[in-house]
Amino acid sequence: MIEQSLAGLWYGFGVALEHHNLMWSLFGVLVGNVIGVLPGMGPLSAISILLPLTFGMHPVPAILMLAGIFYGSQYGGAIGAILLNLPCHPPHAVACLDGYPLTKQGKGGKVLGLTMLASFFAASFGIVVMIFFSPLLVAVAFKFGPTEVFSVMLLGLLAGSTMSRGSPLKGVAMMLLGLLSGVTGTDVNSGVMRFTFGLPELYDGIGLVALALGLFAVGDFLLNVNRVKYVTHNARVRVRDMLPDKAELKQSFMPMLRGTAIGTLFGAMPGTGPTITTFIAYAFERKVSKTPERFGHGAIEGVVAPEAANHSKTQVDFIPTMCLGIPGDAIMALILGALMIQGITPGPELITAHPDVFWGLIASFWVGNVLLLLLNVPLIGIWVKLLQIPYRLLFPSALFFIAVGVFSTDNSLFQIAEVLVFGVCGAVLAALDFPMAPILLGFVLGPMVEENFRRALVLSHGNMAVFMQHPISAVFVTASGALIVFQIVSYIRSSRRGRIVY
Amino acid sequence: MHSLFSRNKDYYGGALMIFIGLAAAYAGTRFQIGTLARMGPGFFPTAVGAILAAIGLAIALGASRATVETSEHPPFDLRAWCGIIGGVVAFVVLGKYGGLAPATFAIVFISALGDKDNSLKQAFWLAAGMVVIAAAVFRWALQLQLQLFHWG
Repeated sequence: MIEQSLAGLWYGFGVALEHHNLMWSLFGVLVGNVIGVLPGMGPLSAISILLPLTFGMHPVPAILMLAGIFYGSQYGGAIGAILLNLPCHPPHAVACLDGYPLTKQGKGGKVLGLTMLASFFAASFGIVVMIFFSPLLVAVAFKFGPTEVFSVMLLGLLAGSTMSRGSPLKGVAMMLLGLLSGVTGTDVNSGVMRFTFGLPELYDGIGLVALALGLFAVGDFLLNVNRVKYVTHNARVRVRDMLPDKAELKQSFMPMLRGTAIGTLFGAMPGTGPTITTFIAYAFERKVSKTPERFGHGAIEGVVAPEAANHSKTQVDFIPTMCLGIPGDAIMALILGALMIQGITPGPELITAHPDVFWGLIASFWVGNVLLLLLNVPLIGIWVKLLQIPYRLLFPSALFFIAVGVFSTDNSLFQIAEVLVFGVCGAVLAALDFPMAPILLGFVLGPMVEENFRRALVLSHGNMAVFMQHPISAVFVTASGALIVFQIVSYIRSSRRGRIVY
Repeated sequence: MHSLFSRNKDYYGGALMIFIGLAAAYAGTRFQIGTLARMGPGFFPTAVGAILAAIGLAIALGASRATVETSEHPPFDLRAWCGIIGGVVAFVVLGKYGGLAPATFAIVFISALGDKDNSLKQAFWLAAGMVVIAAAVFRWALQLQLQLFHWG
């Protein structure tokens, strides 16, 4: 099996290095990097804005570009957090704690250099895990029927909506709302129109791009304009400043390994968001440190470990998305949706049916990460300039790009109106402290959940016990039950202490 | 710290979920529900809607016990909302009756005025710059299917 994986990887490098694919990969990481650097824009907005561009493309360059945007914007986010104390994207918020104090001490460039090295190492480790773990998972996944698929999706949905930040109940509510939004359109089994409000534009369902951009971009603008001040500072970094010395390399080596391990572990668990991963990596680093009092005042370990965790998790997250068709978080759900728009359903058949997509993607992770490392060093000065674009000029321009991007998905102005509606809904829900990400998760998985639920019960003649009778399915259902019990117990405990712990 | 608004947040949020859940469940019953062995199109939305309403109830009931820190800001900024919503609506309307150029100008100009720190002049130049980008990048290079100017 290992030989097969290596052969696949070799083939993948062939695909990823084809100049056409390489060009799109480069374009993806570059644009992702730029958008990630811009204040207030994260990978979700970056991917959604550029998603329409992929509709006319061949699936391979499309997915390479989208993946490139994803990890490109993560590199970008770290720059904003460390140099300017701007947590543009929640997982990087923790990098501000120690990164910004280091910048004030004049070590910003070095920290960035170290972070990039650690990120590259962690991403490489995640890729290796993906190469050798995916075929094993696929071997198991081939035994899945509709019963098993439903149960594993149930676990994915529950984990995805309860394990991230905020109240678990509200997460579940949003996930259910996502399932309901996914129902909109023509029912595949009976041809009945559901939840279309008589609008022919909704017969094909709600647009994925419109939903994502509405919830994550427009909703954010509605809540942030005039209310959140992004204060920009002056920072100057030269390439020469980015080279760390031997002592610093030694100091950050173990944190890098620990962060990578934590990220890999959490990537393998469905539903644990990237933010929680980085915070755990930071907390762990402080716990094992001999001098925990330095944390918060410029401890290099406190930047390197969380960033490494973030990047290894990013790569490992692709495993369940590509092999089972079950996305771990909202970004993966978006990438899954993009693949389905291309007519490719991720799942155990993906490796054999579309080896170019699977192995090409894996190889492109490496190619893309090398490109990022090469790009970020000379371009660092430009990123710092970009970071200083004021939000008041940024959001109207972004709004225009959103409108044009959504329009181009199927040349309909109706979709732009959809964005606005979801933006308002998103802002209202966010103001009521509901998390946004589970909606997207539920929306993408909704049709598959319904389809497999119906099929499983047709096969079992309406016997609900079937989900416990199949052994693999029983494991997932039991795990889902355990998750619910765990959440209830921790809720009772925290309310006994008098407050909810977020 | 107990605060009336934060407690109301969970009441309102829970109530909203109950409303959406019941509405979806009711709409679902109007399609055919069927049996467990042969589900109709109404089964899934009705079931999900009912669960959502139950969760909403739990959120609302939990509200009285939960204490959450509140922000001192009002939740919505009227000027920002008018700017952003007005801008997008203007893009849709002008996209239909006017073309890409006026639509682009309108969305950027109106939404820029939604930020209280932007002056008329700044908004104008930003919007004018975006029209140039729209024409060069989207219409000319990417062949966007929306003419720069057209009537009706």
